[in-house]
Amino acid sequence: MPRTPFVMRFINATPVKGWIALAAFLLVTLLILPLLNLYVPESSPFHVSGYVITVAGKVMCYAIVAVAMDLIWGYAGILSLGHGLFFALGGYMFGQYLMRQIGLDGAYQSPLPDFMVFLDWKQLPWYWAGTDSFSLTLLKVVAIPGLVALIFGFFAFRSRIKGVYFSIITQALTFAAMLLFFRNETGFGGNNGFTDFKRILDLSITSPGMRITLFGLSAIMLILTLLLGRYLTSSKFGRVLTAIRDAETRVMFIGYNPLHYKLFIWTLSAVLCGIAGALYVPQVGIINPGEMSPANSIEIAIWVAVGGRATLIGPAIGAAIVNLSKSYFTQAFPDYWLFFLGALFVIVTLYLPNGVVGLYRQLKDKMGRKQA
Amino acid sequence: MKKILLTLLLWFAATLPALAALDSAALRKLADDDSDTKIAAIQKLAESADPRALEILTAMNSEALFAAKGKIYIKTADSLSDAISGSEIAQHPDNLEAITINNRVRNELAGAMAVLKLFSPERKLRLAAARELASAQGVAPDLSMAKLLFKASELETDPKIKVIVGEAYALTQLQDADPAIRIASAKALAGSADPNVKNRLFDMMNKAKEANLEVRRAAVGSYYDIKQRIELGETIGRIFSGLSLGSILLLAALGLAITYGVMGVINMAHGELLMIGAYSAYLMQGLFQAYLPGLLDWYLLAAIPVAFLCSAAVGVLLERTVIRRLYGRPLETLLATWGLSLILIQAARLLFGAQNVSVANPSWMSGGIELFSGVSLPLNRLIIVGFALFVLVLVWLLMNRTRLGLFVRAVTQNRAMAGCVGVPTTRIDSAAFALGSGIAGLGGVALSQIANVGPDMGQSYIVDSFMVVVVGGVGQLAGAVWAALGLGIFTKILEDSAGAVVAKIVVLTFIIIFIQKRPQGLFALKGRFVEN
Repeated sequence: MPRTPFVMRFINATPVKGWIALAAFLLVTLLILPLLNLYVPESSPFHVSGYVITVAGKVMCYAIVAVAMDLIWGYAGILSLGHGLFFALGGYMFGQYLMRQIGLDGAYQSPLPDFMVFLDWKQLPWYWAGTDSFSLTLLKVVAIPGLVALIFGFFAFRSRIKGVYFSIITQALTFAAMLLFFRNETGFGGNNGFTDFKRILDLSITSPGMRITLFGLSAIMLILTLLLGRYLTSSKFGRVLTAIRDAETRVMFIGYNPLHYKLFIWTLSAVLCGIAGALYVPQVGIINPGEMSPANSIEIAIWVAVGGRATLIGPAIGAAIVNLSKSYFTQAFPDYWLFFLGALFVIVTLYLPNGVVGLYRQLKDKMGRKQA
Repeated sequence: MKKILLTLLLWFAATLPALAALDSAALRKLADDDSDTKIAAIQKLAESADPRALEILTAMNSEALFAAKGKIYIKTADSLSDAISGSEIAQHPDNLEAITINNRVRNELAGAMAVLKLFSPERKLRLAAARELASAQGVAPDLSMAKLLFKASELETDPKIKVIVGEAYALTQLQDADPAIRIASAKALAGSADPNVKNRLFDMMNKAKEANLEVRRAAVGSYYDIKQRIELGETIGRIFSGLSLGSILLLAALGLAITYGVMGVINMAHGELLMIGAYSAYLMQGLFQAYLPGLLDWYLLAAIPVAFLCSAAVGVLLERTVIRRLYGRPLETLLATWGLSLILIQAARLLFGAQNVSVANPSWMSGGIELFSGVSLPLNRLIIVGFALFVLVLVWLLMNRTRLGLFVRAVTQNRAMAGCVGVPTTRIDSAAFALGSGIAGLGGVALSQIANVGPDMGQSYIVDSFMVVVVGGVGQLAGAVWAALGLGIFTKILEDSAGAVVAKIVVLTFIIIFIQKRPQGLFALKGRFVEN
């Protein structure tokens, strides 16, 4: 029997309903929202403000991270508490380019980024070479988080570190990286990180058009991530991965080497996080080592848990739920946000092992049975 | 009383045989406008070694010395007394004029006062003065004081002070014109451990400053002796602070090792149990301040059981309500306990404020023990090391000599089999959790004595203490002990040579590599296991 062509397999991986939903999502994010933002006057009740666009764009970046996390945690059973590192690395790689784009418009009118002038550095360090090239930056956004993940993952998976061991080690990894980036001498702006961006590709970063472009790119990237995730997890590769999650020893006895499977999905997940970080930084206008703090990384896990593990769409929804409630709570009840977040961790793990998607499916089943 | 007075009198008579009555004409020169005259008068006054001299100079130093009609007076807050006799003056003379001093005079005063204190009957005062003089810093006594220093070293009965005064004397003699004396004094300084003395000798090794070869040789010899001693002192200090960091890590990790060993889950709220212990110490301090101010020094002893019970209670609560329900899902447990830690942190923030609170060292814990000149170990850290040792012994006894310990070890090794032979595994879980949490509380009390107490204090210890468990291996006390001390000392030594951040990064990298080689930790449990 001839193998089904890749395109067919890719299309078949997502059900028709899914394609319709994605198309609707794209319609809203690429057409309706931009129109409402750019061409509807501010006085109109249908106008969508730039703030909403920025928040939505930010949440979509988080959603990409959540889907990437779902690939590794939901399907391979590996809980990473260090995904914030890859997100931040992608952001820093793109941030370097943005810093160079400031050009002579910085506070010191120097071709060097302001913080380097402040440190009395006379020239760019070697790892800033080529940061003024946009294409090279795009390559680095993918390559650097991927490389870090590949090297770390190779050593970790080779010695079959798993479970809570792996989780804590990844937490230590991002913690160490955070300390490293906090140092001024590291050459990434220390405490303050990168900010005060001016331009991308010589176009103003604050213009409404740029905002909508970045927003649209985030939406497209999210859709691509979801489709890729769906394709991978429904393929043979995905089945082996799930098998490794459920019974690694048996998979080994059958003759598979879990190392390659884990390493591939781990690196891919990191790369996706890096891309999300690169989209995130120009939209929020800042990147600092705080993004690498262990608390941030562990929050990613709760997005996935809230949405529902191994459902792909669930984590994206979870990221939106948690981050929107975070925006609301930190403004309305700043003292109680941590209580809410903490309770979310406990309640979701205790009572909602399959997240909101699982809850929805459960309810649907119940309704179906009642009708029958 | 009479006897004491008599002894004092005798002591004075013995120490100051050349007592010249204070000369009011010489004293008057203190009020002279010219600084040089003032300094000469100060020197003369110091050389007289009169018991009143120190009081007069101290008054001059704090600008409480006044002159009127050729007489000098000491003014205190509410009275005026004659400088020579010390007797109070009822009738205040007119035209009292303050005697002002500049920095040059102040320096001279400091040196003279320190030398005079060497003749004080109080041992503490003499020791402090001798140290000040021997440190070759600020109050360098000049040649004019040398005679007095020599006399002081001759008269000194305490051997420890005698050595230090001897060094101070040698320090002044380094400037002597006679090379033989310079050689002798350079050699005499070999016993010092003071970096300033080291620098002085280093200067003398320079040809331009010291023409005589023999003197230079003596200086080189002493210089290396001092350098070696200082380096030894630094190494000991480093190892010791590593040891005390290791003790804290041990207290944090012991509890974690027990709960992780028994239940196979990481309690991410373990650091917050430390925090609860530290806040218990803070609360006990407050209670003692309010109700038992006389016993305030002993609040820490009361805090130990309180902290243990508080942390253990919270731990059992966590185990019963959350952790037990997630049995067999270690990753979810990790997330749930992280959530619990967020709740505990925020609760502490609302209860005690986001700022750090201050927990004071009791008086019996402050100060230090001097190993040898220049190296002293802070007492609070010493006590913490001892406390960690004490807890360790208790835990060891509990784990190896009691029925509970036997059960805990059985569940750690094989839960199913332990259950089959009748060990009540769920009860053991609770007990082990209470024990582990209580030990964390004890760690918190120890930590409150050397670190800041605040809502976030526990966060930084969870990774560190888990590292100890990972490196040490699960289910073995020895592993935790060696790993904690090793990591503590390793970190401190790195911190000194490379800075705190680099040290942390290197340690974490080292651990990641270490696990490659020994995934089971330093001390693996022996036996056959099936992965589940």
